[in-house]
Amino acid sequence: MIEFRSVTKKFPDGTVAVDDFSLTMPSHETTVLVGSSGCGKTTILRMINRMVEPTSGQILIDDVDVSGQDKVGLRRSIGYVLQAAGLLPHRRVVDNVATVPMLNGTPKKDAREAALGLLDKVGLDRSLGARYPRQLSGGQQQRVGVARALASDPNILLMDEPFGAVDPIVRADLQAELTRLQKELGKTIVFVTHDIDEAFALADQVVIFRKGGRIAQQGTPAEILANPADEFVETFIGADRGRRRLRVRDSTEDGGPAGGPQVLVDGDGRVAGVLDERGPTR
Amino acid sequence: MSWALDNLDLVWELTLHHIRLSIVPIVLAFVLAIPLGWIANRNKTSRAIVVTTGSLLYTIPSLPLFVILPVIIGTRVLDETNLVVALLIYGVALMMRSATDALGSVDATVLQAADAMGYSAWARFWRVELPLAGPVLLAGIRVVSVSTIALVSVGIIIGSRNLGYLFQDGKQRDILAEVGTGIVASLLIALVFDLIIVLLGRLTLPWTRSDAKRSGSRGSSSQGSDDEALREDPVVATYGEQQR
Repeated sequence: MIEFRSVTKKFPDGTVAVDDFSLTMPSHETTVLVGSSGCGKTTILRMINRMVEPTSGQILIDDVDVSGQDKVGLRRSIGYVLQAAGLLPHRRVVDNVATVPMLNGTPKKDAREAALGLLDKVGLDRSLGARYPRQLSGGQQQRVGVARALASDPNILLMDEPFGAVDPIVRADLQAELTRLQKELGKTIVFVTHDIDEAFALADQVVIFRKGGRIAQQGTPAEILANPADEFVETFIGADRGRRRLRVRDSTEDGGPAGGPQVLVDGDGRVAGVLDERGPTR
Repeated sequence: MSWALDNLDLVWELTLHHIRLSIVPIVLAFVLAIPLGWIANRNKTSRAIVVTTGSLLYTIPSLPLFVILPVIIGTRVLDETNLVVALLIYGVALMMRSATDALGSVDATVLQAADAMGYSAWARFWRVELPLAGPVLLAGIRVVSVSTIALVSVGIIIGSRNLGYLFQDGKQRDILAEVGTGIVASLLIALVFDLIIVLLGRLTLPWTRSDAKRSGSRGSSSQGSDDEALREDPVVATYGEQQR
């Protein structure tokens, strides 16, 4: 469990990135921090592993204040996935994945063997282990980034807009992969994104931010969709444009195929999908 | 050509001296410039100081430097050390600028990733910053190498024995072939040094090689010769074989 207690971060230039922020991120769940750029979500993420130090307030991991912990040790105990993967360009994929275990003194051979196993886990061919990061596609690099963050088997995984730099198809792929991994591993994940659809796809708990690191609304995706707290949230999740309000299209609207599945449209009348009356497929 | 062949022993002896006098300042300039480059990248002030000092040092004319150096470092006027120190000053002046650029050129995202991973500041410098600064450092030391080899010949006026002797002697005795031999020999040294530096770069910076080209598709085996090191690793080698 990660707990923020009245955390404020003021940067030397006077900007208040985060103002009196309190939040609990439950263990073994995915908390997604979502908001437009400059809302302080990344600052909050980075305070967990002390990449950024709070001006005031406390951050606790399992009831232990992080400010009393050795920075280097703390960071090695927490997985971190960056935007554009942040792989070390001068080290082969296998060594990138083995970074943290090797920093912790695991023998090279063991660390590499474990790293190859992790490539399997994130759906990459082991032969890619011998390549350098730039010889991989963006999506593959991102998977390596996830494998690297998992290498020391941390309880906590921090993900800073990890899928921001890949195209939508690869992005959906990576999101599905993360969901699958999380089912298997049950890590405490803190995920930062500006994409509300990504937040809804991955989160157990969604936290929507206004500027200054202030929470606009927090809750499960269903809670937020069903009851947006205010206009800001409605706009942010697209409810104001009718994008989230689906209804079955009236058969008189146009000449759709009779007897086929019923077509769903959103509040603006755009086709959004079909109604599956068989119920959940799994 | 015949002059060079007739005086092969002399040319060879001078060439060896020339090489010996060049190596020390080149290597030392490289080593000394790195901490200076590191300091330059701490903040704007330190950067301004390092870069300006570098430029100023490089503008010192060589002749007065040779005259002043013995007074400053307490050596005899005709001591070879004077030449080595003077060359080192020029080498460091050039190289500290390169080292500043090299360390500054390292991608900030990668450094952040290294921090997030839990590299200590010391480990980050040696295992991430320095290797990634490698290509720019290499470009810098190639310039220093050529410039040093050219400058060594000036040392002839303070009694150093090197290929500069052929220029001085050839001019005084009006033997054009002797001057030409000196030029060709200097050029050859510069070329060989450059080759050695480039080779060292290929060995120490394998990820920069052009055969390590980007290829996106999964599982295609387009690995180049740069995989040799890893094939020696039994774990990785086994999987490499299975791929074939």
